[in-house]
Amino acid sequence: MSLEREQAKAARWFLTPALLLIGMFFFLPVVAGLLLSFTDFDIYAVASPDRVRFVGWRNYADLLESDTFWSAVRNTLYFVLVGAPLSVLVSLATALLVNTPGVKLQGLFRTIYFAPVVTPLVAVAIVWRYLYHPRYGLLNHWMEAVGIDAIDWLGDPRWSMPAIILLAVWKNFGYNMIIFVAGLQAIPRELYEAASVDGAGPWWRFRYITAPSLGPAFLFVGITTMVGFFQLFAEPYVMTQGGPLGSTRSLLLLMYEEGFRWWRLGVASTVAVLLFGFTLAGTLLQLRFSRGR
Amino acid sequence: MRSRAILLYALLLGVAALTLVPLLWMVAASFMSPGEATTLPLRLVPRHPTFENYLHLFTRLDLARNFANSVLITVLATCGSVVVNTMAGYAFGKLIFPGRDRLFRALTLALLVPAQVGMLPLFLLLRELGLVNTYMGALIPYMASVFGIFLIRQYALSLPGDLLDAARVDGASEFRVFWWIVVPTIKPIMVTLATFTFLSAWNDFMWPLIILTDSDKHTLPLALANLSGEHVLDTELMMAGSMLTVLPALLVFLAFQRSYMRGITAGSVKG
Repeated sequence: MSLEREQAKAARWFLTPALLLIGMFFFLPVVAGLLLSFTDFDIYAVASPDRVRFVGWRNYADLLESDTFWSAVRNTLYFVLVGAPLSVLVSLATALLVNTPGVKLQGLFRTIYFAPVVTPLVAVAIVWRYLYHPRYGLLNHWMEAVGIDAIDWLGDPRWSMPAIILLAVWKNFGYNMIIFVAGLQAIPRELYEAASVDGAGPWWRFRYITAPSLGPAFLFVGITTMVGFFQLFAEPYVMTQGGPLGSTRSLLLLMYEEGFRWWRLGVASTVAVLLFGFTLAGTLLQLRFSRGR
Repeated sequence: MRSRAILLYALLLGVAALTLVPLLWMVAASFMSPGEATTLPLRLVPRHPTFENYLHLFTRLDLARNFANSVLITVLATCGSVVVNTMAGYAFGKLIFPGRDRLFRALTLALLVPAQVGMLPLFLLLRELGLVNTYMGALIPYMASVFGIFLIRQYALSLPGDLLDAARVDGASEFRVFWWIVVPTIKPIMVTLATFTFLSAWNDFMWPLIILTDSDKHTLPLALANLSGEHVLDTELMMAGSMLTVLPALLVFLAFQRSYMRGITAGSVKG
């Protein structure tokens, strides 16, 4: 059929720009990144690339023995394991809140809750740095007003990560809220009405109607939020430069420092590959867990 | 029943207040005179609202240039992304050609890989091509995206095939079909894609930080991050700079809110 031949020809034209761009500027660099992690690419190689040698697993071995690396792993996992679930919980709670039947101005509330999502991270990180100021920050000001002692949020290694998590939750919860609201609105009203007629209380209705219906949304939100939280970078870069005492240096910040401050691109690529490994492991774990149920 | 409603609205308003306080404080502080935001007792409203900080950004600091850089990169990235991804998304959704579904599945694998894995080699590649510290280099990663292709494809799938076939039988070329039938029908999702690309390019930090090495090429977020190092004590000035960076993003979002939200839920239907 010549119409199909025409289509195949047109498809080539339509696809070429996208495939060329993605192939050349995404897949190729990703593969090169894997290879780079097995080389000693450093500042000398930046000047003359023929100096690069394969060093096998040396970068991996070096990193696994480095305290800086493990501290970055711990910080990143702290951020992911506390921040991501917290963010999803707030999203779910606010979704249930705005989606309560009979709420007026639902659209307005949704827009307000969503606003932080579209703000540039750098700008709001700077705003929050001032909110966290030990002396002039609004947060301490209000805490003291209700009798809580001031906290040096970004200067105390025990509080720096919680402070960044708080900012991240504020910035992100609106996104997943929208997904949960869409999920909630897809549940047929009759289910709730029938359950109410049968005398089911609110908790029963949540447990046996709402929660199971949101299952697919949960999986999607769980995976994408986790992947996103693994990419912690701009917050510590702007607010703490990874400090105090390295308490907010994330894996990506470590990658950036190794790569673009010290020009050890081989080591930096190894950090990136290991970060990818963590992300993938987390994704597979969630997929398996969801299938197990 | 009544007390339940009061509690409900108290919660709704409470969350709204918590969400808005940082942004409102930014607005208020940006209109304060120098030093006012760091004077005890704390003030939440400027005593004598002033545009001084904004003037300062444009006169003594050259933030207009960074603003222009951001606009240029964001607009070009948005146009490029809409053209490239719409064509590809439509081809995957509606055109028949050998290996289509296999190719699409291979492409979706990219969604699993964080962009940062390829960031260092991409930098080296663009360096070889002479694109470090150029606008071209800054906007390349936004041009084609698997998410964008996916978004368009999902929407294009629902196009009635009969409509396209009728035009083909009438002798319309594939390009005419695309331009005169497909594009007008899928316009809503193209607006969605444009909004997504605009906001992610405008807000992005890490890639411009790596690829734009000269400060006169810097985008607003980069300029702001640099300023916050030098002017850490100038709270009011920094808040004016933050406002300048936040406002365009918020306005674009408010103007295209419906389109943007559609993108979120469309993306979550089949991750």
